[in-house]
Amino acid sequence: MKAPFYSSLSSGMRDWKLYRLMLKIRMSEQKIIDIYPSDKIQSPIHLSIGQEAVAAGVCLALKSSDRIYGTYRGHGIYIAKGGDLGKMFSELYGKETGCSRGKGGSMHLSAPEVGLVGCSAIVGSFIPVATGDALAAQMRKDSRVVCSFFGDGAVDEGVFFESVNFAILKNLPIVYVCENNGYAIHSKVLDRHKQPSLARLVSGLGLIGKRHDGNDAPVVFKTMSQAITQARKGKGPVFLEYMTNRWHEHVGPGTDYQESYHSPKDKENNSRNDPIKKMEKILKKRKGFSLRADILKKEIQNEIDQAVNFAEKSPFPSLQSLYHDLYAESR
Amino acid sequence: MKRMNYGQAIRSALLHSMEQDSSIFIMGIGVDDHKAVFGTTAGLVGRFGRNRVFDTPISESGMTGIAIGAALAGMKPIHIHIRSDFLYLAMDQIANIAAKWSSMFGGNASVPLVIRSIVGRSWGQGAQHSQSLQSLFMHIPGLKVLMPTTPSEAQGLLIAAIQDPNPVLIFEHRLLYDIIGDVPDTPTALPLGRAIIRRKGSDMTLVAGSYMAVESLKAAEFLSKHGVEAEIVDPVSLVPLDENRILASVAKTGRVIVIDSSWTTCGMSAEIAALIVEKGFHFLKAPIRRLGMQPVVCPVSKPLEAAFYPNAKLIAAEALTMLGRDFPKTPAPELLNTFKGPF
Ligand SMILES: Cc1ncc(C[n+]2csc(CCOP(=O)(O)OP(=O)(O)O)c2C)c(N)n1
Ligand SMILES: [Mg+2]
Repeated sequence: MKAPFYSSLSSGMRDWKLYRLMLKIRMSEQKIIDIYPSDKIQSPIHLSIGQEAVAAGVCLALKSSDRIYGTYRGHGIYIAKGGDLGKMFSELYGKETGCSRGKGGSMHLSAPEVGLVGCSAIVGSFIPVATGDALAAQMRKDSRVVCSFFGDGAVDEGVFFESVNFAILKNLPIVYVCENNGYAIHSKVLDRHKQPSLARLVSGLGLIGKRHDGNDAPVVFKTMSQAITQARKGKGPVFLEYMTNRWHEHVGPGTDYQESYHSPKDKENNSRNDPIKKMEKILKKRKGFSLRADILKKEIQNEIDQAVNFAEKSPFPSLQSLYHDLYAESR
Repeated sequence: MKRMNYGQAIRSALLHSMEQDSSIFIMGIGVDDHKAVFGTTAGLVGRFGRNRVFDTPISESGMTGIAIGAALAGMKPIHIHIRSDFLYLAMDQIANIAAKWSSMFGGNASVPLVIRSIVGRSWGQGAQHSQSLQSLFMHIPGLKVLMPTTPSEAQGLLIAAIQDPNPVLIFEHRLLYDIIGDVPDTPTALPLGRAIIRRKGSDMTLVAGSYMAVESLKAAEFLSKHGVEAEIVDPVSLVPLDENRILASVAKTGRVIVIDSSWTTCGMSAEIAALIVEKGFHFLKAPIRRLGMQPVVCPVSKPLEAAFYPNAKLIAAEALTMLGRDFPKTPAPELLNTFKGPF
């Protein structure tokens, strides 16, 4: 067997890649926040600022032939899996050149060419779908793995347990990535579960579940890499619970720390656990960090400006396209 | 009379009913948070406590069954969904259990359950957060289906739904929440199965419910300036349906457009058109016309979204076509949608 591809990344390279992905997510979403008051983006936005390490660590550990499924909080994984930034901004603008032709909006990003199959706005709904993708991988003897992203709220749904049970039963090559940001809208995990460790919820079904720091990108990368190795070897599914923090309101560009659902310490705790600052702490020990970081930020800003420009200049879909793609053409 | 908006009227109905009857309780995602389902449950935790007003895990199917069980055992649950789209997850319990119970067991017991859900249309809600599912539930015998348009109806029909011994679904349209209207000083139940005549007219009948009644009113005002008087019948209660009022209006005008906030195929508009054909065919001077969402998935892109939904302009144009008249060339700003968002 060939060595897993990630082991070929030196940790220095890896850390810079993680840093770059996280910065790209943060800066892109910052741009979305800046644009939002103009009403050019008429689509509800669920930001992943604060949760960048999960998207970056998980996606960097995957190959582009590996397939992922996400939720309405999808900008981060879209970017981390390598989705085209121009097509993402176009999608938010509802333009013809958007990744879902302007029909899906922020909640329904897709980039099948790099393995993001799609994102759903119905909580938990893609967990079985991702599981079915893994079933196909197994039946077709493809070496790819599937990764299903969802929040701490999705494990409330019965369909989560039904899917996980089937995956264990069939030893499917899937990694379930639960981004536990502490809240489902305004509701805490403890308001919805007696067992606060979501990783333990599945152990009774026979699934290996582990909880990790989801704000530490190298930790996410390493633990995900191990899970992928197991799944790819046919040793069955893994459940990873990454503890992380959502900085913004559930939906929308603002913050809502003043609201009663937040613990008073949330704001301070969030900035103390800033995944980007954590990464910088590691990288700062290396030579030439600030110069390199400056160049990187300029490069990313440039990419974002081009992406926004592309979205602005792109046309809206034609009115006939309203009727397109309802059914696929028969092949 | 008091003046309040649609959401406040719903809240007052909940407050009033819960004060009268201690078996009533409210459950649903976010009912206890600071947004309080568009304000409709604001302050109710403080007033009635967490036993009677509580958040649930995101488990629509299970929670619906749990509500049904509680209803069978003497409680009166009100289950709230901030988007109607989530009702698909509760479908089995609603359609196979709640709807069937009374009949399946020969009337031994019934399920006094109220399900409130909000049609999420505003802007950019897209495929899975915008659907208006009244027709699906109309199809299933054993359920009652309400679609109040004004604050007073929202209040009165909610009280009636709570008092009803059967499962009742109420569809509240997001775009109605900003409407302000008169409601009685003491909240009182309105009878189910009574349509409302929103406007009198003799040239044609527009049967339109929920937010489409609002768009139809705009269209009717415009038409009136151009010499056409449209009568608007708002069914308000879809099951039971006020067949007589609809037929009486058609008998008077002979022309009908049925407008729904959802798709037309097998929908509320199809059902009402079938009713008119079956029982009022001889009144008709022209074929019935129907308007609804385009038969596709709701897009996010602004121009597509605008073309997807029926609106006042489309209703006015359809009415004029029916009368063999051209759409006037004068600008008609009153026909435009004014919702600014976000949602
Ligand atoms: C089936 C279903 N029920 C309810 C909702 C409303 N809703 C949207 S997001 C959300 C919370 C999900 O929380 P979580 O899974 O933790 O994800 P997060 O938003 O924190 O990323 C809820 C309840 C929904 N979209 N789908
Ligand atoms: Mg969450």
